[in-house]
Amino acid sequence: MLVSILHRATGDGMATLGSLLLVWWLAAIAAGGEAYATFLDVFTLSDGRLNVVGWVFGIGLTWALFQHMCSGIRHLVLDTGANYELKGNRLSARLAMAGGALLTALFWFYIIGVK
Amino acid sequence: MAEFTLPKNSKISGKGMKHAAPADAKRVKKFEVYRYDPDKGENPRYDTFEVDLDNCGPMVLDALIKMKGEQDSSLTFRRSCREGICGSCSMNIDGKNGLACTTAIEDVKGTVRITPLPHMEVIKDLVPDFTHFYAQYSSIKPWLQTVTPPPSGKERLQSPADREKLDGLYECILCACCSTSCPSYWWNSDKFLGPAILLQAYRWLADSRDEMTGDRLDELEDPFRLYRCHTIMNCANACPKGLSPAKAIAEIKKMEAERIV
Repeated sequence: MLVSILHRATGDGMATLGSLLLVWWLAAIAAGGEAYATFLDVFTLSDGRLNVVGWVFGIGLTWALFQHMCSGIRHLVLDTGANYELKGNRLSARLAMAGGALLTALFWFYIIGVK
Repeated sequence: MAEFTLPKNSKISGKGMKHAAPADAKRVKKFEVYRYDPDKGENPRYDTFEVDLDNCGPMVLDALIKMKGEQDSSLTFRRSCREGICGSCSMNIDGKNGLACTTAIEDVKGTVRITPLPHMEVIKDLVPDFTHFYAQYSSIKPWLQTVTPPPSGKERLQSPADREKLDGLYECILCACCSTSCPSYWWNSDKFLGPAILLQAYRWLADSRDEMTGDRLDELEDPFRLYRCHTIMNCANACPKGLSPAKAIAEIKKMEAERIV
């Protein structure tokens, strides 16, 4: 049940927060250079300071994406009529959770590593 | 519709009664049992029953019968076969739906809390109202439907292989443990048929002798009746008979898809 709740929460979260972010980005572009600089300041490390909002948003949204993707793949398998035995099903639920966390970690190690 | 809090008249009041075990009892187990009497106009409450396990059968139902027999004769619950075949004594035991007759007392640690099946209207104590559940059952026409005339002088035959397709389906005793553990059924039980009824629907879809497969699939193809199932899997985890309504529902969804492609 937890994976099912997370699937919905991450889906809704990405849809609402993601579109808010997009609107902010577009509004910042439309409002001119200064507003866009503020946007960049909040979401990037270019000024060299620790940026809490940016990190929370960034990691939250990427985790939501990977978590949603992993449990989405689980649902794809379930839709073929496979993996309904309780043991295997529970394992796949745990794998979806672990996969979401692991992919998020790898993604951010890669980003930080590239910089 | 979704309700996040209990209605005012369903909130648990703190005024529960206590029924102590005999003074010489050595192995005492505490039971907290949901009590509601529609005639009294009072809110529901938890009564505490102390049961002497040395003088009681091993199952939760044994304890309930002992409480009713020796401590409070007004305690109301359904039971019949006491061996997991009739489905009458389905209730929520220690937070998990199950049959009181097949749930061992010793498998529950600490105080055993017993409530009616979740999200059903309560008639009295542990007795929920099954009217809607049975109406949904009758809506899927749970009987063999045919158009061809029956072979003269004998029953409609079925090969052993076709008969095997009903294994894991015919065992369902309609206790509603699965349906009342399903969040989708809690939220949309007015329109969603729920795992128990859908498993029964698949039992007739999977029957080689039934000739109304198309009509049955037409009836089920509906955003609410069938597709409110989001494979949450609570049903299969709750079933006291070890069946998988989730799997049966997945098979119905596959049949719906396969007849289009």
